Amino acid sequence: MKLTNRSRKTDKSPMTIAERLYLPAIASGLGTTIKHFFQKKPTIQYPEQKREFSPVFRGLHVLKRDEQGRERCTACGLCAVACPAEAITMIAGEREPGQEHLYREEKYAEVYEINMLRCIFCGLCEEACPKAAIFLQPDKIAPAFYERDEVIFGKDRLVEKMDDRASVGIEKYTGVKS
Amino acid sequence: MSHIKEIQPDVQIVPAQPQVKVEVGQALPEYINELTTLNLGPTHPATHGVFQNILQMDGEKIISGVPTIGYIHRAFEKIAENRPFYQITPLTDRLNYCSSPINNMGWHMTVEKLLGIEVPRRAQYIRVIAMELARISDHLICNGILGVDTGAFTGFLYLFQEREKIYDIYEEICGSRLTTNMGRIGGMERDFNERAEAKLRQFMKGFPAVMKEFEGLFNRNRIFMDRTVDVGPITAERAMNYGFTGPNLRAAGVDYDVRVMNPYSSYEDFEFEIPVGHNGDTYDRFMVRNQEIWQSYRIIEQALEKLPEGPYFADAPEYYLPPKKEVYRSMEALIYHFKIIMGEIDAPAGEVYHPVEGGNGELGFYLISDGGRTPYRLHFRRPCFIYYQAFPEMMVGTTLSDAIVIMSSLNVIAGELDA
Ligand code: SF4
Ligand code: SF4
Repeated sequence: MKLTNRSRKTDKSPMTIAERLYLPAIASGLGTTIKHFFQKKPTIQYPEQKREFSPVFRGLHVLKRDEQGRERCTACGLCAVACPAEAITMIAGEREPGQEHLYREEKYAEVYEINMLRCIFCGLCEEACPKAAIFLQPDKIAPAFYERDEVIFGKDRLVEKMDDRASVGIEKYTGVKS
Repeated sequence: MSHIKEIQPDVQIVPAQPQVKVEVGQALPEYINELTTLNLGPTHPATHGVFQNILQMDGEKIISGVPTIGYIHRAFEKIAENRPFYQITPLTDRLNYCSSPINNMGWHMTVEKLLGIEVPRRAQYIRVIAMELARISDHLICNGILGVDTGAFTGFLYLFQEREKIYDIYEEICGSRLTTNMGRIGGMERDFNERAEAKLRQFMKGFPAVMKEFEGLFNRNRIFMDRTVDVGPITAERAMNYGFTGPNLRAAGVDYDVRVMNPYSSYEDFEFEIPVGHNGDTYDRFMVRNQEIWQSYRIIEQALEKLPEGPYFADAPEYYLPPKKEVYRSMEALIYHFKIIMGEIDAPAGEVYHPVEGGNGELGFYLISDGGRTPYRLHFRRPCFIYYQAFPEMMVGTTLSDAIVIMSSLNVIAGELDA
């Protein structure tokens, strides 16, 4: 049936004698295989050798601190609302006097947990955050787990360490420093 | 023990053969009571995905087959009723996971149709590039695996290197490889950057040679032709009765392509042909997919060449997130940001259907909105679901090894079958 004038029949001619014989096909097939022996190997030896991720890769989450080491998150809950997998849980707390060096805003997340078995690494939490607090790191992937209770990442594993700051390209992305 | 017997389902083997002549009589009379029941699936290594077929076999010959679906049913249509529109995109990733960008874009276009958003041309072209890359990778998987099922592993490996490069390009565009969550309602999430373009150009340079090599290994190979020509044919009429679309319908000779019949996302700007097959057998499906890969390649070439300058998202502040820099500084942007993320924007009431040419056929989104913040009802028209209905008819009367080949040439993807 012709609905448009753009159609073109594919080739389905019967096999020729040479094709029926099959010997030339064996030779050319072997030739292809041998040619590939001498080509560059596309495999990489994974744990020793790692492939380069793109700068926008959506990897393991990190909760950023600002340049003075204060946690950026203000427990607004937008990331938890945006999460299509319902992987984020948090309990907000109020900053006490004397804790200004720990938390940037008056409200902070006392508990912040991401269930890495639920998370689908869609990146919507990063997009939702109005405080540049949560990011998906482009150079780290979520580890494999052996136990079920390892999969819920609390603040101890999410908040970045000051001596090992996570690179998320925050300046380029948000226009604010670190 | 007796009660266990009672609740055992009474499996009725219903021969489904409106057109195919099944010679049940060919089962030799003395063996007629010795037919074998074979569970092909749900975890059979030769079926690509979790679906079950209960086959009645006479030796190697299939007398009848009953398909079972629902092994990875995840109730996406129901979940979608409780989600704001932007959170449904990650669900569509998981329909046909071999070509998730097409699903993402199809969903965005559906919502844009409902909201009446006009997407700028640059975004449309970037979408076309992403969708055609997805089509290439989908067809590469299907044809590569068809090769594996007919006993040729080599071509599959060579093709998968190319698929890997396509996934690298996705990674540059959206940040992920398989479940892409690409694009946003109203445009793309970021502009087409130089890294993606460089990778794309590199892919375009190397791809034709690999594809030619693959075609050289398969197209005229005697074993491959013997295994596929006239295996599992379906007439155009029968295919249309079932509701076939996409490569499987085109293999039967009908040149129906949503991109031509119902252009979306600027497809009318591009030159391409619609390959059609002869009698809808496995070889035709293979050849149609191969040719479509070349046509997709042509479309990407043209889109790259003509890629217009301009914004990559529509001017729709109520639906498209404001840039991050403004969210930190301006109150207005922050309000919109909160409203969008909390899903507090009411969509207009209405009904829309938007089909796109998916990797496998016409992938449609039927969205009913009652004016609320979530869809009132969302239906995915999934081509695989339709192909799978025809599978028993196509495999009855063939042998088990042919049934495997037919199934893989129909490219039934379990994620899309069950949704
Ligand atoms: S990446 Fe997606 S699924 Fe994972 S925590 Fe963020 S929003 Fe939730
Ligand atoms: S991480 Fe960001 S979005 Fe989530 S609660 Fe903290 S400030 Fe809000």
